[in-house]
Amino acid sequence: MTEQVSIVTGASRGIGRSIALELGRDGNCVVVNYVGREEEARATARLIEEQGGRAIVEQGDVSLASDAERLVESALAAFGHLDVVVNNAGITRDTLVLRMKDEDWDAVMNTNLKGAFHLIRAAARPMMKQRSGRIINIASVVAIMGNAGQANYVSAKAGLIGLTKSVAREFASRNITVNAIAPGFIETDMTAGLNAEWTGKMVEQIPLGRPGSPEDVAHAVSFLASPKAAYITGQVLHIDGGMVM
Amino acid sequence: MSDTLSRVKSIIVDRLGVDEAKVVPTATFKDDLGADSLDVVELIMELEDEFDMEISDEDAERIKTVGDVVTYIDAHQ
Ligand SMILES: NC(=O)c1ccc[n+]([C@@H]2O[C@H](COP(=O)([O-])OP(=O)(O)OC[C@H]3O[C@@H](n4cnc5c(N)ncnc54)[C@H](OP(=O)(O)O)[C@@H]3O)[C@@H](O)[C@H]2O)c1
Repeated sequence: MTEQVSIVTGASRGIGRSIALELGRDGNCVVVNYVGREEEARATARLIEEQGGRAIVEQGDVSLASDAERLVESALAAFGHLDVVVNNAGITRDTLVLRMKDEDWDAVMNTNLKGAFHLIRAAARPMMKQRSGRIINIASVVAIMGNAGQANYVSAKAGLIGLTKSVAREFASRNITVNAIAPGFIETDMTAGLNAEWTGKMVEQIPLGRPGSPEDVAHAVSFLASPKAAYITGQVLHIDGGMVM
Repeated sequence: MSDTLSRVKSIIVDRLGVDEAKVVPTATFKDDLGADSLDVVELIMELEDEFDMEISDEDAERIKTVGDVVTYIDAHQ
């Protein structure tokens, strides 16, 4: 297999770090993006290098179009092409709608949905020229189920699925596939802060009877980025232990 | 041949992979040069870069032929 170049947003921690490591093991040169935690991003890159892979670390806030464009330029400057973009960066600002501030809504929309749009727009030109590319958007099962206390997050993730399908159609003729992954309950910093009683109930509702690991998600990304997934586009792949069927 | 036409020609030949002889002012992008809508968008973006100008979506929609591009660029330079 020829060497692929991939950008993983929010690769300093959690699911993004696992995805970056997995793609690194697959032989990708990885652009490890973070917004604030530089040390953690450097650690991700170091782990990739220890596995024998190549990585660069790039700060960038995906909610800013200029930062997203810079990420793509860095990938091209460092490695010469760009094959895979994983829109993983995401935040939560959970609260009931009645108490939700405009700032909570906007922050989540700007990072989780507009951020993916920014990166897709920036990556599309080089991928169209190459006549190949893989875009993988990390959505969530709550985009399908809804979730009390997460109206902003759920709306952004549902929007991300719509974005996935539209872009899949726009770029299909250029051999660029676009898919979404909908993780269920995955053990990361994002879920570590949640109420223990609530998470216990959550896990009880998972048919496979356990929370997922970041690696469970990373394996699916690795598959969608591989030649084996060449004929898959516009799909939402659930990695949720059967939560949504 | 005007300087604009020759620069436009070379971008079109490069982007659409068509024979230079086919890139005449009356040639339409879609029917004569086989461009699809993405090709046209990419072409417009490359022309914007090459000539350092912005072409609005409304204006872009009215551009159908190679000659339209040259006229537009000469009028807006
Ligand atoms: N955990 C779950 O159960 C679960 C379930 C479904 C979907 N997901 C989705 O999976 C993705 C990763 O989640 P996670 O649990 O791994 O989250 P996490 O541990 O909280 O990590 C979030 C990552 O996103 C980065 N980030 C945040 N805002 C950013 C911005 N504006 N620009 C660039 N990077 C930014 C963070 O960078 P810094 O380290 O620099 O802050 C960090 O690397 C998210 O999209 C999340 O919505 C998670």
